[in-house]
Amino acid sequence: MTTLSDPPRESFRLSMLLNDTRYRSYTFQFIALLCVIALFSFLGYNLVKNLQAAGLNISYKFLGETSNYDINQTLIDYSSQSTHWRAAVVGVLNTLLVAFLACVTATIIGVVAGVLRLSKNWLISKLMAVYVEAFRNVPVLIWIIIIFTVMTAVLPQPRDFRGENATASMWFDAVAFTNRGVYIPKPVLESGGMAVVIVFLLSIVGVFAYRRYATKLLYATGKMLPTGWPTLAILFVPALLTYFVLGKPISLEMPVLAGFNFKGGINILGSLIALWFALAIYTGAFIAENVRAGIQAVSRGQTEAAASLGLRPGRIMNLVILPQALRVIIPPLISNYLNITKNSSLAIAVGYMDITGTLGGITLNQTGRAIEAILLLMAFYLAISLAISFIMNIYNSKMKLKER
Amino acid sequence: MKKSVILGALTVAGLAAGAAGAATLDDVKARGKLNCGVTTGLVGFAAPDANGEWDGFDVGVCRAVAAAVLGDPAAVEFVPTTGKTRFTALASGEIDMLARNTTWTFSRDTDLKFDFVGVNYYDGQGFMVPKALGVSSAKELDGATVCIQTGTTTELNLADFFRSNNMEYTPVPIETNAEAQQQYLAGACDVYTTDASGLAATRAAFEAPGDHVVLPEIVSKEPLGPLVRHGDNDWGDIVRWTLNALIAAEELGVTSANIEELSAGTDNPEINRLLGTEGNLGEMIGLDAGWGKAAIAAGGNYGELFEKNIGENTPIALSRGLNAQWTDGGLLYAPPFR
Repeated sequence: MTTLSDPPRESFRLSMLLNDTRYRSYTFQFIALLCVIALFSFLGYNLVKNLQAAGLNISYKFLGETSNYDINQTLIDYSSQSTHWRAAVVGVLNTLLVAFLACVTATIIGVVAGVLRLSKNWLISKLMAVYVEAFRNVPVLIWIIIIFTVMTAVLPQPRDFRGENATASMWFDAVAFTNRGVYIPKPVLESGGMAVVIVFLLSIVGVFAYRRYATKLLYATGKMLPTGWPTLAILFVPALLTYFVLGKPISLEMPVLAGFNFKGGINILGSLIALWFALAIYTGAFIAENVRAGIQAVSRGQTEAAASLGLRPGRIMNLVILPQALRVIIPPLISNYLNITKNSSLAIAVGYMDITGTLGGITLNQTGRAIEAILLLMAFYLAISLAISFIMNIYNSKMKLKER
Repeated sequence: MKKSVILGALTVAGLAAGAAGAATLDDVKARGKLNCGVTTGLVGFAAPDANGEWDGFDVGVCRAVAAAVLGDPAAVEFVPTTGKTRFTALASGEIDMLARNTTWTFSRDTDLKFDFVGVNYYDGQGFMVPKALGVSSAKELDGATVCIQTGTTTELNLADFFRSNNMEYTPVPIETNAEAQQQYLAGACDVYTTDASGLAATRAAFEAPGDHVVLPEIVSKEPLGPLVRHGDNDWGDIVRWTLNALIAAEELGVTSANIEELSAGTDNPEINRLLGTEGNLGEMIGLDAGWGKAAIAAGGNYGELFEKNIGENTPIALSRGLNAQWTDGGLLYAPPFR
């Protein structure tokens, strides 16, 4: 039996919103939120009203109209009879393609350069320092134009490959470097070709499974399995076997000189190459600095402790330093990836048809719908940047130091 | 309105201001300057000279309008616009008129809410190829790589031309004429296509113009002319009749040399009406009686402007062709001044 009773609960009064410290901050935050909403709705309303007064109404109908222009690199079916919306999608895919290629390449360049910059070899570390400083401190637009101009000026025209005394020739009759881009053979799948591809994909899964098993075995019993040659074997042997058993169902379509240009094969446009490499080496320099900072953030004691356990320098880097350094490296790496994606909008400088070139360029021009196109463009870049952040943040929280 | 102008500027600079100015003529008079949109630089049509003064064929139209409205051909603020920014600049009221090699098309006139007031240059799209290719007709260009200035009607004409002739091509979109020239000369494309006048100007600047030929096909109609915002008809009338005055002056033989003499009065009533010594045409469009005289005196009549900027004695070396007076077999035909 208890004699204690709860103190009478004070009922909520309106004045508490201002006087009670428990509620006051909410009150002010709510008022601030209302003000922000009011400001933006006023700006939006003002924009729409004035556009109407100027006889321009926001309308996205133009996206359904025929675009009437051609695009030189299309990852999906597209012709001048497709809609503006489809042209925008082609542009989005081109943006994503160059951003993906540049992100992967920049990461590889950045990690290698960052590690080498800490090398004890004077020449190598100085060379990497020169690379980082030279590329980091020149605007990326300049790099894009330099690479593109050099490619255009130095590489031969398709015309030079022709005739008895041609001044240029193809590599192994398969690859042609021209100032319009690089022509490479294109794999053609015949019946059964798909089987080889599937076997190869399964092999990749197999490699991961094998490596996982090897690690598990190592932790459980201390027995170490070799990983080098089995990886290669698992990767290639089954695919090659299937390829020959099924009677070589995959052939290559070689580029051949026909008419004005090379025909057949895959044409990697010069503008794509210029943009890709410029973005990769430029951002790679930033990533190199991040990697260096990350490695230097791991205390020296870790290296020494690992060395005293008898680990070789390569293993120390891979097993001890880099995993810890990654925690420092990943957050700035995310913003570097975002930078690559956004910087890819400089594509128009070399005539690469990304989303800024199609939707924000030709479509905007031909329809005159500037505000609509720019709004859509902003929405796209925002969405893609948030998506990249989201994915990278998941990775980041996975790598982060688990505090329990 | 004042407050919303300030706030509106935060979202889209200048958009709100444009809506405020329904009567462009009053705005221009109050400002004392005409804001005229031109190209960022196309020699012969609109480009700053060595002293930073804008000069050219399109610039001449701007100056004539400024002279007609404000009495001073120098009272022009030239606003350089790119293919991308030109329409936004006009629609927002940043400029009062646009004289920038702009092709008069249906959708620009109607959907984009502009009014084309006339044509000051009749152009058409052509192709230029190196002589070494041995091509003699645009119909032989199947599979070619084509350099093209992006953001122009030429892009659409090109797609139409190749589609209707069942040919394939690779477009190489390029931002400016200068870059296109560089790409074309390096052989990154087989063909360069743009308006025939532009091709002539570009070819003239080559080291060896003889190594390049302009193919005979003209695949499109490109009537280039000045334009204003839709909805202010009084202002549109002023620009339209200023352009007509320049054209009529050539037909009537009024030049910058003899205009003073003729404005003392002549036997030809149309010249008198044009120069304001007879009738009240100026009053009808809300200007002084001497508006026509001022417009013609600013840079000469249409023919003089043409010869001085893009004619056969200039590096551009364009012949009059379609742009001759109707009396000489061309298309220029100014409606009567009465």
